[in-house]
Amino acid sequence: MIRDFAFQGAQMLLVLVLSPLLTGFVRKAKAYLLRRQGPPLLQPYRDLVRLMRKEVVLAENASWLFRVIPYIVFAGTWVAASLVPTFRGGLLFSWSADLIALIALLGSARFFLALAGLDVGTSFGGIGSSREMMIASLAEPAMLMIVFTLALIAGSTQLSIMAAYMVSGEVGLRVSLGLALLALIMVAIAENARIPIDNPATHLELTMVHEAMVLEYSGRHLALIDLSSELKLLLYLSVIACLFVPWGIAPPDASPQAIAVCFAAYLGKLVIGGVLLAVFETSIAKMRVFRVPAFLGAALMLGLLATLLLFVSGSL
Amino acid sequence: MAIYALYGVAALLVLTPIAVVLAASPRASNIIYGACLVVTMLLGVIGLVCLFGRTVSNATLPLGLPWLGAHFRIDALSAFFVIIVNLGSAAASLFALGYGRHEETPQRVLPFYPAYLAAMNLVVLADDAFSFLVSWEFMSLSSWALVVSHYRERENLRAGYVYLLMASFGTLALLLAFGLLAGAHGNYAFDAIRASHPSAALAALVLILTLVGAGSKAGIVPLHAWLPLAHPAAPSHVSALMSGVMTKVAVYGFVRIAFDLLGEPAWWWSMPVLTVGGITAVMGVLYALMQHDLKRLLAYHTVENIGIIYIGLGLALAFKAYGMPAASALALTAGLFHVFNHSIFKSLLFFGAGAVLNSTGERDMEHLGGLIHRMPQTAFVFLVGCVAISALPPLNGFVSEWMTFQAILLSPQLPSWGLKFLVPAVGALLALSAALAAACFVKAFGVSFLGRPRTPAAANARETDNNSLAAMFFLSALCLVAGILPGIFIDALAPVTNALVGVSMPHQTGLDWLTIVPIAESRSSYNGLLVFVFVTLSGSISAFAIHRLASDKLRRGPAWDCGYPDLSAVTQYTASSFAQPIRRVYGTAVFHAREIGEMPPPGSTRPARLTVELRDLIWDAAYEPIATFIGYAADRLNVLQFLTIRRYLTLVFSVLVLLLLVLAIWQ
Repeated sequence: MIRDFAFQGAQMLLVLVLSPLLTGFVRKAKAYLLRRQGPPLLQPYRDLVRLMRKEVVLAENASWLFRVIPYIVFAGTWVAASLVPTFRGGLLFSWSADLIALIALLGSARFFLALAGLDVGTSFGGIGSSREMMIASLAEPAMLMIVFTLALIAGSTQLSIMAAYMVSGEVGLRVSLGLALLALIMVAIAENARIPIDNPATHLELTMVHEAMVLEYSGRHLALIDLSSELKLLLYLSVIACLFVPWGIAPPDASPQAIAVCFAAYLGKLVIGGVLLAVFETSIAKMRVFRVPAFLGAALMLGLLATLLLFVSGSL
Repeated sequence: MAIYALYGVAALLVLTPIAVVLAASPRASNIIYGACLVVTMLLGVIGLVCLFGRTVSNATLPLGLPWLGAHFRIDALSAFFVIIVNLGSAAASLFALGYGRHEETPQRVLPFYPAYLAAMNLVVLADDAFSFLVSWEFMSLSSWALVVSHYRERENLRAGYVYLLMASFGTLALLLAFGLLAGAHGNYAFDAIRASHPSAALAALVLILTLVGAGSKAGIVPLHAWLPLAHPAAPSHVSALMSGVMTKVAVYGFVRIAFDLLGEPAWWWSMPVLTVGGITAVMGVLYALMQHDLKRLLAYHTVENIGIIYIGLGLALAFKAYGMPAASALALTAGLFHVFNHSIFKSLLFFGAGAVLNSTGERDMEHLGGLIHRMPQTAFVFLVGCVAISALPPLNGFVSEWMTFQAILLSPQLPSWGLKFLVPAVGALLALSAALAAACFVKAFGVSFLGRPRTPAAANARETDNNSLAAMFFLSALCLVAGILPGIFIDALAPVTNALVGVSMPHQTGLDWLTIVPIAESRSSYNGLLVFVFVTLSGSISAFAIHRLASDKLRRGPAWDCGYPDLSAVTQYTASSFAQPIRRVYGTAVFHAREIGEMPPPGSTRPARLTVELRDLIWDAAYEPIATFIGYAADRLNVLQFLTIRRYLTLVFSVLVLLLLVLAIWQ
């Protein structure tokens, strides 16, 4: 029990510590692909610390909600991220929220962030919120269809049990899994505001979605929101890793050596995921905002198709 | 217990003449609403006692049909709906203690209000078709009187007209359904109907008629047309009752007939129910997204939730037909739990809209904004309602939708091919509607309560009175409790599902950490309490740590807005502009939405205009032709009003001859 508790705590800290590093790594990889030197790997940590120490400049008519939202968004994302199995299965509290609840928890975070965009009453905030909700209105159902597909295969919506099932030999190669993976990658790109949906590094306001929404935030509030986005990227990579590359997740009773190996494997998965993301992002151009529905609609259809296949035949 | 419930109903009915007498006095609204509050609370307690005591009791009154009498009965299902009706009514009465004081014409509201509450109670208590239909019609008429209480506004009169037509249509369908159920011998008592087993074709016809009849009251697409007109037209506490409670009474009618009176379902019954549910859910929320009238948005959103409830009920029918009682119990519990949840948060949201209407005189969101500064407590409870209705954890709306999803995940075991294709599609529609609901309520809350005030009315709004706030805080506390301790509510529904599908979901409250586990722990589990505790703890710990260790300094300054802040509040995002991306994505297909931009020529100082055209295709396709046809027929038949006496006599005589001929040939 105490051991499990310690591991759950360790996981909470681990995702918190690793997530800025992952973002830094992706940025570095992108810079390398562009033949630039890029910021140092630890730059996101420095940014966070610097922002935390700065005073908050709050718009005159910002309400109490505006000040509370960064904490809500951060807490929701953090809790969601710490319930995803990373390198060791059997998290103490993983049963308290299954994959559907995790998605909904991220949905809560987004709901509040979109409200924050509207709170100050500026046009950029509004444009960000309204586009974010439009993207979410397609990304969330697509994600749920992916969850349906995986849950129908594994017979469970619990992440740890799904991961255990995926690693067992019963799964095999399935059409529906392939469709789900493709759809999940598309959704992950959209949810994390990456190119081609949104540009995390842009400074041209009209092309931003996520950044426009949080434009009025500064200081510690901005630090928390940045940290939540970094956590979300880590979360999605962990979910993909846990469901589609489930090898190297130690069982709860594994020896310390095995756990160390699995931890290294997890880091390896993150590195590979980060490199793939960087390569993808550098090789594609950002799309117009009204092309996004077609992109995400395709993800939704893929998810629906995968679910339909499973309803028609359990072995597809 | 049934007789005590009837005493309560009688007390409410007695209040009606009292209200007529008192209406002129300034204290009338306090007396009537106070009395309604007490009586409905007592009725609610009776419901609770019956549900948890698992008792069934009957009462017969020597009213109604002379050879039948009026039968009333509280079983588990009735008790559950008695609780819903009276919980909503008590909250509405408490709210009205404050809100009703601002009523300009109390004599048009007060007498009908207790009658309306009594009628809703009677519908769920009735145990024979005659009492059921009379109560049903009584409920329609008393609510109609409340809808047209502000009769000087043209829109309200039109709403009342459409409502009356649709209500009669719905009752007609139910009348036919009960006529078929009663059979050749006219057994109107529910016991007799239960004992008789209708043939498959007859049962199918009854099911369709019930779906239409109860559905038109509940607001399923395409029979929803009256709902967004009538619900907002009534005073806000009545809107809350109509949207939060009366639609649930309609769901009760459907559940009572489809699950109880009709006996064993056929496999295909679930198909129309599921199809209607899925379409209703998505269409309802899309309609809601296009609105900028706060109360109308809420009314349209009721349509969405009715869809979600019907999806749960449809799945329960399918599982029941294929002999999967455990899954059926899960789906039915999900549907009924959503009935409860929706009645709470929809009432809460309508109260919030009423409070806003009271203090600003505005229902149009384009004229609101920034109310969170002027009405902080209303804003808080409205936000709770918005989070709950958007199905976000850790509040209650999420739990019932989560359970519906779990039920969908059990459905590949259904052997029918039709359902194999239909259920995933319905699942996708459900997921889509959940995501759109979040967008809809970001818009509703964000545009009305956040940002800067768009009109002086909004800028000078005042916080609403304490009674209204008490009602809203009570309901939002219930949203939280039902969200973090859903096990209690699921267990409370066990006798209902036991009675309707034979089994109930596994007992929940004894599980570790108060988790809910619908089927097995290896399959799925959710713990709202832990999620809530985790989020609260990690949020407050991080806030504490950052304030202590990093910085707690704060400075107010002008908004940044990329360096171009515009001082005019008109430049903010409005309800229409917020919905614009979603309108572009979904609206062109569903509403034939067209945007016409009109730019002045260079040099002209005329403002540019953007006109958005939306068409309600359902109205155009289904209602408009019927209305046109009736108008046409009426015009033609109008000639008959202006005949001479000779022609009338000829007409009467020829009809007589014709009828005699028919009779002669017949025999």
